[in-house]
Parts: sequence; C-alpha cells; structure tokens
Amino acid sequence: MSAQSSIAERFPYRIRIQKRLDNPRWLSILSPVVLVIGALIVGGVLLSIVGVSPFVAYSRIFRAAFGTPAGWLRGELYPLSDTTIKATPLLLAGLSVALAFRMQLWNIGAEGQLLIGAWAATGVALKLLSPDTPAFIMIPAMMLAAFLAGGLYGAVPGALKAWLGVNLIITTLMLNYVAAFWNNFFIYGPWSLRGFGLTPKFPRTAWLPRLTEFADQFSILRGLTAHAGILIGLAAAFILWYVLRKSKFGYEIKVIGDNPEAARYAGMNIKRNILLVMLISGGLAGLAGMGEVSGVIHIFQERISPGYGFTAIIVAWLAKLNPWGVVLVAYLFGGLLVGGDEIQPFGIVSMLNGVILFVVVGGELLLRYRVRIERSESVTQSAAAGGGQ
Amino acid sequence: MSENRLAVEMRGIVKRFPGVLANDRVDLDVRAGEVHALLGENGAGKSTLMNILSGLYHPDEGEIYVDGAKVTFGSPKDAIHDGIGMIHQHFMLVPVLSVAENLVLGLDEARFLLRPQKIEAEVEALSQRFNISVDPRAKIWQLSVGEQQRVEVLKMLYRGANILIMDEPTAVLTPQEVEELFHTLREMASSGKTIIFISHKLHEVLEIADRISVLRLGRMVSSGIDLEGVTKKDLARLMVGREVLFRIDRKAATPGEPILEIRNLQALDDKGLPALKGISLEVRTGEILALAGVSGNGQRELAEAVTGLREATGGSVIAQGREVTNASPSHVLEAGLSFVPEDRVGMGSVPNMNISENLALRNYRIPPIGNGWVMNLVAMREQAEKLVDEFDIATPSIETPSRLLSGGNLQKLILAREISGAPAMLVAMQPTRGLDVGATEAVHRILLEQRDEGAAILMISEDLDEIMALADRIAVIYEGQIMGEMSAEGADIEEIGLMMAGTRTAHNVKAG
Repeated sequence: MSAQSSIAERFPYRIRIQKRLDNPRWLSILSPVVLVIGALIVGGVLLSIVGVSPFVAYSRIFRAAFGTPAGWLRGELYPLSDTTIKATPLLLAGLSVALAFRMQLWNIGAEGQLLIGAWAATGVALKLLSPDTPAFIMIPAMMLAAFLAGGLYGAVPGALKAWLGVNLIITTLMLNYVAAFWNNFFIYGPWSLRGFGLTPKFPRTAWLPRLTEFADQFSILRGLTAHAGILIGLAAAFILWYVLRKSKFGYEIKVIGDNPEAARYAGMNIKRNILLVMLISGGLAGLAGMGEVSGVIHIFQERISPGYGFTAIIVAWLAKLNPWGVVLVAYLFGGLLVGGDEIQPFGIVSMLNGVILFVVVGGELLLRYRVRIERSESVTQSAAAGGGQ
Repeated sequence: MSENRLAVEMRGIVKRFPGVLANDRVDLDVRAGEVHALLGENGAGKSTLMNILSGLYHPDEGEIYVDGAKVTFGSPKDAIHDGIGMIHQHFMLVPVLSVAENLVLGLDEARFLLRPQKIEAEVEALSQRFNISVDPRAKIWQLSVGEQQRVEVLKMLYRGANILIMDEPTAVLTPQEVEELFHTLREMASSGKTIIFISHKLHEVLEIADRISVLRLGRMVSSGIDLEGVTKKDLARLMVGREVLFRIDRKAATPGEPILEIRNLQALDDKGLPALKGISLEVRTGEILALAGVSGNGQRELAEAVTGLREATGGSVIAQGREVTNASPSHVLEAGLSFVPEDRVGMGSVPNMNISENLALRNYRIPPIGNGWVMNLVAMREQAEKLVDEFDIATPSIETPSRLLSGGNLQKLILAREISGAPAMLVAMQPTRGLDVGATEAVHRILLEQRDEGAAILMISEDLDEIMALADRIAVIYEGQIMGEMSAEGADIEEIGLMMAGTRTAHNVKAG
C-alpha cells in the first residue's frame, strides 16, 4: 500500500487506453506507412546492437534494391529488374493470400500451392507437350495447368472446411509439407536428370519472355532478366480488384468475410463460395510457382521458393488485403530480398521481415486505440485521504 | 434517521467517450429508503451514470457522496465496500455453480475451503428477511430468468449493499415476474434499502418509483420529481424533448385471405433439442398477428424455420400457396416473405460494410443492381439515397459503415431493406427491442403502413405494450407450443401473462 501511494505521489498520472470508435480513412492509408517506418527504426536499433550502422545498411539495401536516379540515367536498371523478379512470386502469392483472407479463410498454404503449380507447369513443359510446341500454346497451357493444380490443392482443404468444418489453418499448413515431398519424388525420381535433384532444362518455348530478349531493339535491356510473370501478376491484381469491387462474387466475399450469418440470411451459398475462393486463391499461388520455373530458372528443382508463400502472408496483411496494396508491398519486400544479399550477416533480412511483421501486427492494434495520459485525481485523493487517517 | 437523508449525491458528473459527451454536468440526489427511477432514452447516459456510481467507470469530472461522505471508486469492489451494488442487464452468474456458491464467488471469505452449510443458512436467512424465494442449493442453470435475477439481488444483499442499482430489470421478465420483482423492491425499500431503477418503460416507472429523474442526451432534464400529478405523457415529453403520441392512429384491420400458413412446424434448437413442438399459425393479408412470449420459448427457431434459415424437422410452411418448407433463404425471399431478424448486428447487417451495401444485401442479385455477374454500383447508390431519404435514416452519408449507426437507425435500415420490395409477407422479430421512444414510434408506424397496404405481418415480440398497440390478433408461445390465440380487441394482459408463463386457461383452450 505504501509503495503504491508513493509511486502515485511521484507520478500522479495514469495512462488510459481507449478504443477508437471511428476509423478514419487517412488512418488506414497512413498506418502501413507509419508501421513500416517504425519497423525500420526497430530494425535499425537491432542493427546497431550487432555493430552495423543502420544508415549504411539501409542505404546499401535501398541502392541494391532500387538503384539510384543517376544510375538509371546511366542505364543501370538491373537493381529494378532483380527486384521485379523477387516481387513477382510475392505479388501472385500475396494476392492469393489476400483473396482468401478477405473471406476470413486462413489459407497459409500458398507455399504448397506454389510448389504444386510449379510441378504442374513442369509436367506440361517436359512431359505433356512436345518440345517443339509453339510458345503461344506452351505458355498458356503451363499457366492453365499451374492454376488448376494450385487451385485444386487449395480447393481440397477448402472443401474439407466448407462441408466438414475442418480447420483450414492446420490442413493448408500440413499440405505445404506434402507438396514439398511430392515435388521431391518427381525431382529425384521420374523427372530427374540422371539422378540429380533437378530436371532437364525446359525447351525455349516454355520460357516466359525476359527483358533481355528484347535487347536487339532496346540495348538498355541487355542482361535484364525480369520476366513476363510480373505482367501476369499485374493483370491478376487488376482482375481481383475489379471483381472485388464490382462483381456479385466480390460482394459476397465481403459479406461472408464480415458476417457469415448475414450472408446466410441474404441467401448466399457460403460453401460454394469457400470452395471457389480457395480454388482461385490456390490458383494464383500456383501461377507464382509457374513463374519461378518458367521465368527464372527454367528447370524444376528442390529449392524454387525461399518461403515466398509465407512471406506472402506478411505482404497481404501489410497491404490490408487490397490488390494494389499487394503490388506495392510485394515490390518493397522484393527489394528487401535483393538488398539483403548485399549485406552481412546473412540473417539480417529474415530478421527485418520478422520485425516488420511484428511491428505491423502489434502496431495495427495500437493504432486502433488512442492512448491518453491524464492526471489521476482518484489516486492523489486516496493517497491524501490515506495520509490523513 | 430523517426521511430525506440523502443516500447518494452526485455532483457535476462529466464523462466523455470518444466523440460523445455521455454525461454532461449531471447532478443526482437519491434519498435513503426510496425507489428512485432513472428514466431516459437509449444513449441518454443512464447506464454511464450508474456505471460511474457503481465504480465501473471513473468520471472525468464531478464528485460523489455516499451517506454524506465523499467517495472515489477505483473499481466495483470499492463501490460495494461503500454499500453500492449494481445488477446489470446481463447476469454475471456461473451456470454450473449453485446459488450459494455464486454468492461467495470472489469474496475473501471463501479463501480456501467453502463451508456450504454456513453460507446456505446465511442465504436462507437473507431471502426470508426480504421475502425473496430462492433455493440456495439449486444450480443456476436450473433457474428461470426471473429466479436468476433474484439471485443477483441476493448476491448484492449478501455483499452488504444498501444501495441497489438495477439496469432495466424488467426487460427479461413476464408480467407476473415483474409484479413479484416490484413486490421485492418495495419490501427492500421499506426495510431501509435504497433502490435506483433504470428504465425507459414509463408505466413501470410510474408504478414502482417514489421519485424520478430524467436524463436526455447526457443531461439531467429534471431531477428527483415527485410522482404527484405526473402523467405518462409528461414523462415522455421530458425524455424525448417533444410531444409523443401514444395512440398510434390505426385504422381497423381489413384482413383478407390467409397467405402465410405454418402447419405443425417442428424444429430443433442450436443444442439439438426440440424447440418447436408443432406450431400452427395462419397470417392473413392486411393483418398483424403478434406472437407473444418470453424469449427463449422457440421464437427465434420459429422465425428461422419459416424463413429458411433453420431446418424444419416436421410440418410445413406455405407462402402464397407455394410450399417453402426447408427452401433456401433466397427462395423464401423470392416467394414474397421478408424477414426482420432479432439480431440486427449479428444477422441483419454487415457491420463493416457501408449503408449502401447493406441496403443491397437482399436484392444485389436482381436487376437493376444485379446485372449479369457484375453489380450496378450506381443503381445501388441510388437505391440507398432513396431509402435513406424515405425512411429518414440519420447518417452522415451512404458510405458510412453500418456499425456506426445507432440502434434505431440500423433498424430503420433493415426495415427499409425488407419492405422496399413491397413484400406480401413479413416476419418481424423484436422489431423495437432496445429502441428509444422516437425510433419505436417510427418502426410502429412503418409496420402499420405495411399492414394497411395489405401485407401479412407476423410480429414476434416480448413487449406486451407493443403487442397491444399493434396487433390485430395475438398468439402466445410457450416452450415451443402455441398456448392460445385471441383477437387483440378486448384481450386481457393478465391472461396473456399467464399463458406466457405456461398456464392454459379455460378461455384460451376454447380459443386455441
């Protein structure tokens, strides 16, 4: 008691946390920006603890990721190209996660769906179609296969959730491991190149076009390896944005996501929508996988994703599940991945990813409340009364 | 001990919430040994003021005196220490524990070993003293709502409360239970306890209170008036700030053919137990059939089974000659049956979506809003502009999320949506529960207009005043069965009350 009152006397204030009743629009736009800056500050503190100057580290990362205006004028576009390559799978997988999360379907299986998409695209390129199939048939066929395979891989847990109420988080998480082992079977078994952990190279017609292939017309593009996957991603973002905003299906997704009871009351078919959303969500992640094998490495091997499907969760969340937001955040994280290769120690980037997620999730909560510090009358009075007795 | 000794004085109480001034320099005097009613519309600040008095909230400004001594409460525990206890609308009891166990819950004396016999004896003594009959050994889940409320009262008395605050205590009770409660309250007052009674029901206040204070928009508009010569009308004017017409102009009903027929309907509740045990009702065009009953007697299951939201395990529902038993909710809607659900936030609206999207919830599929696989957003906004205007929904804009609407405006939104398609049939569940006098008036007017335009309305309500004001015929439900049906003309409230409590009288057996 005495300890309490002495603290109260020295610090006669109290901190009050109140929930914001209104959620102004400026706040929802500003908060991700504030949160990312906040995360960079926290990361900076950690960097300086391990003896790295945060300013030096961040400027290195930034220059490696995006280049400099002076560099662009000199024709040094490769930082942007490299960042685009990393942003492509993050964009597609991020859209996948964002769509599912919109309906409160916690699909954390984008990684597995991405892997299965890569597998299906490989199957089309190496086994199903002959190597001299023209590109305008080969590429769409691979895309379709990747979308359907990833989609089915998402639809299975979706159906289990819709009809049997099986927890989606568990099933999608577990299926990530199944997908990895499934792929390994083919990589080391039937599709293996002389028993090595990779397949033969894809025929040229199964390669997504890259910027460098237009170097004859535009010499500035020489050596730039960004591929057409980013166009697929941008198109997907546009379609998703349009569907969510204008279509009946998008309206149903919003209603089901916010209040399933109201959706039932409105006569919406919730089960069918769960299945459909998981199919499309898985399909988008599958396209991300196709982009990696067809656009970047042109073979199928074990390590095609450094966890894009998991980073996509952070991307989608930070983008507030908004398709255009996903484009922006995917570039940011793509840049972080590219820039991270530049700095030592190697774990810095994963650490920054973690810090960003942590600050975003925690900070989001804080921004929903306002903190007020006010003079605490009751404490001073009761302290005074206690002294008088 | 003088008659006019003040038990509670509140001086200049100010309480702000983000964007709202809930209490604006409120003064309140409560005399020892009186029943003091605190009257006001929803959002007038009654509960806030009482939460301050019971230690749940801390006032931003102002002072509180209890028995003449200044107090400051940091928590409800401090308040009960000074003899103030509050009974909330939602009871705070543990269902699996006995009455006696609930009473000592959280008290210091039950530090390690409970001594049930001793506590039970004490409880027995208390309940005899105040004439509150409760078995101290009964488990809470075995008790009716009225009995649970008595346990709450006992709990406060056991903790030594001298000043008892009751937040809308009659909302969940049958007329008979209300009578019993009032009897108990008088008993307690005459033995020196002080009671503060929060309500927005005028006739109750006039019946039970010694003095009345009225809050409006966070301000005390009249403090501690004596009941002498005060009428319902006066109180309503004080509460709302304008004249309120209690007699709604209603023409005689001109009922036509029965178009909504419910035959021997059976359904299970959420726990899988039979909730409807063969309900048969007919609603004719141009009439309001009111289904009276204490909540939890199968009303929700009936409304949901009729509208396709709950599986009927037997019987049938026929709407305009079309069999819609176990049809999907959208088919039921297409058959011309609209539904105003009881839970406005949990089912009737999508809280984070805006008003215009909420108004389209039931017609987004059909033209002009639904257009192939896309939606015509312009038509959606036009519909919203029109309905907001027509139904007088107070909102900053049609882009406002529906969760920011007040209860009354949200209900107007739901009614606007359900009625705008001119449905042939309407099931309205608790259409005015929790609404203030002004909004209730508006909702009643809308329902009567629909009736006069020929709609068949099944109104499910617990509020007998509302039923008497609107219904053409009255049916009473008890434990999933219809206890009887009667014309509203000359219906006897006493008799309805008995039927709500499960008694069949000779008269209503004949009628039913």
